[in-house]
Amino acid sequence: MQNFARLFRSSLGKKYVMAVSGLILLLFVIGHLVGNLQIFAHPDVINAYAHFLQNLGPGLWAVRLILLITLVAHVWAAVELTLENKRARPETYRQDDTIQASYASRTMRISGFIVLAFLIFHLAHYTLQVVDTEYQEMYTTLADGTEVHDVHAMMVKGFQSVWISLFYLVGVGLLSWHLRHGFASMFQSIGLRNATIAQTLEKTAIGFAIIYFLGNALIPIAVLAGWVS
Amino acid sequence: MDLKLRVWRQKNRDAEGRLVEYDAKDIDPEMSFLEMLDVINERLVAAGDDPIAFDHDCREGICGACSATINGIPHGPQRATTVCQLHMRHFKDGDVLTIEPFRAKAFPVVRDLVVDRSAFDRIIEAGGFVSVRTGSAPEANTLPVPKQDADWAMDAASCIGCGACVAACKNASAMLFVAAKAGHLNTLPQGKPEKDRRVLSMVAAMDEAGFGNCTNQYECSAVCPKSISEDFIAQLNRDYLKASLKKCLMG
Ligand code: HEM
Ligand code: FES
Repeated sequence: MQNFARLFRSSLGKKYVMAVSGLILLLFVIGHLVGNLQIFAHPDVINAYAHFLQNLGPGLWAVRLILLITLVAHVWAAVELTLENKRARPETYRQDDTIQASYASRTMRISGFIVLAFLIFHLAHYTLQVVDTEYQEMYTTLADGTEVHDVHAMMVKGFQSVWISLFYLVGVGLLSWHLRHGFASMFQSIGLRNATIAQTLEKTAIGFAIIYFLGNALIPIAVLAGWVS
Repeated sequence: MDLKLRVWRQKNRDAEGRLVEYDAKDIDPEMSFLEMLDVINERLVAAGDDPIAFDHDCREGICGACSATINGIPHGPQRATTVCQLHMRHFKDGDVLTIEPFRAKAFPVVRDLVVDRSAFDRIIEAGGFVSVRTGSAPEANTLPVPKQDADWAMDAASCIGCGACVAACKNASAMLFVAAKAGHLNTLPQGKPEKDRRVLSMVAAMDEAGFGNCTNQYECSAVCPKSISEDFIAQLNRDYLKASLKKCLMG
């Protein structure tokens, strides 16, 4: 136990927490996007999928708990590491320069914290449905006769607001920006990066960030453009 | 060539430092950067002023003593070059050069551009020993070292411990230095027996000294006068993880 505590207090231990929690969150957001893209199919598809998730019972709560712990761990490590890093250079350079560190890598704290704010809004908006309480009354019937929450209509109604759509675009934009660095960074943190794969990893990170952003952006854009209704 | 210098002047550890401007007139482009500072110092002394204190020893890029940050880049604009090996021909007439010490909490300024890098010595001490037989030299072929490992260890061993990695890192992290020193010994059969103990105590000494944490931006490798690869950092991350888990699970 003492050895575990020592590991998580060490600089590298916190980096492992950062990387592993980042990976879990990354896998979650990929799965989440794939699920959401079902909005482009018949409304019954995403409504049945949402109904399935909402009825997982203890399973749903287990996943939510794991995600919450993961997020808390990620933010805890981010705060700890950032404070230590600030303390490590009390007197800064009067003239500073950067040779090759990407802009995304230098703004991880900012992108991370805005993503956190977005995430809280997103949960209040679509999970708790307290931003617009009318969502709570939206029901529909599937082809097999089951009465389900009309998630499809809720998403369409949500994104018909230009302001909400814009906020989502900024939120997923910054998350993609965060992952532009995070995607490759986590491999280095757990020791799985080397010169042979560095280039490929970097290109994959950029490619992933772009595809992930476009995939997410497509949903509010499609609603605003009237392709989905 | 004529330059304008803005040099960090600080009397001692506790004094407030500040940038002071100097005109550097008639500088020979064939001078090294430190020779240029020598010339400026001669002029300062002749005028009755205090010379600019800076570290140097070999002046041939192998000892790791010289250290200065020029326009925000440790060892200056020339890649894979220590500041003692940097020549004035890489600058242009009329350039303004801001010259600051390597900055990190773990490297307190002693005077002007001179910083105390003994935190590195404490990390090396924490690394401890290697189990080599002393006395008569062993027969070379009794301990085969694969060529790849020998090359890799040699790359790490080229670290001169100058601290530019710390100075360049956005977080003043010493990971490249520690990774090179640990990776050098961990890669060779002579250093394998103490590998776990070595990585655990070197990282503990690094944390103790107040260096920052690596954020995988690789500014360290970019400024390293010996171009040491960030792959050593990945190796240290891996080795520390293995050593910690072994310790956690098996005591
Ligand atoms: C769903 C949301 C998020 C995902 C998918 C995510 C993903 C990642 C990944 C994969 C990494 C790389 C880990 C590493 O460097 O080893 C990372 C790093 C980081 N994240 Fe997040 N993150 C998310 C949210 C956040 C939040 C809310 C914050 C801020 C509170 C944050 C702050 C950071 C910081 C500071 C780093 C370290 C950057 C560095 O080492 O340069 N992240 N994140
Ligand atoms: S003085 Fe020895 S490396 Fe520069």
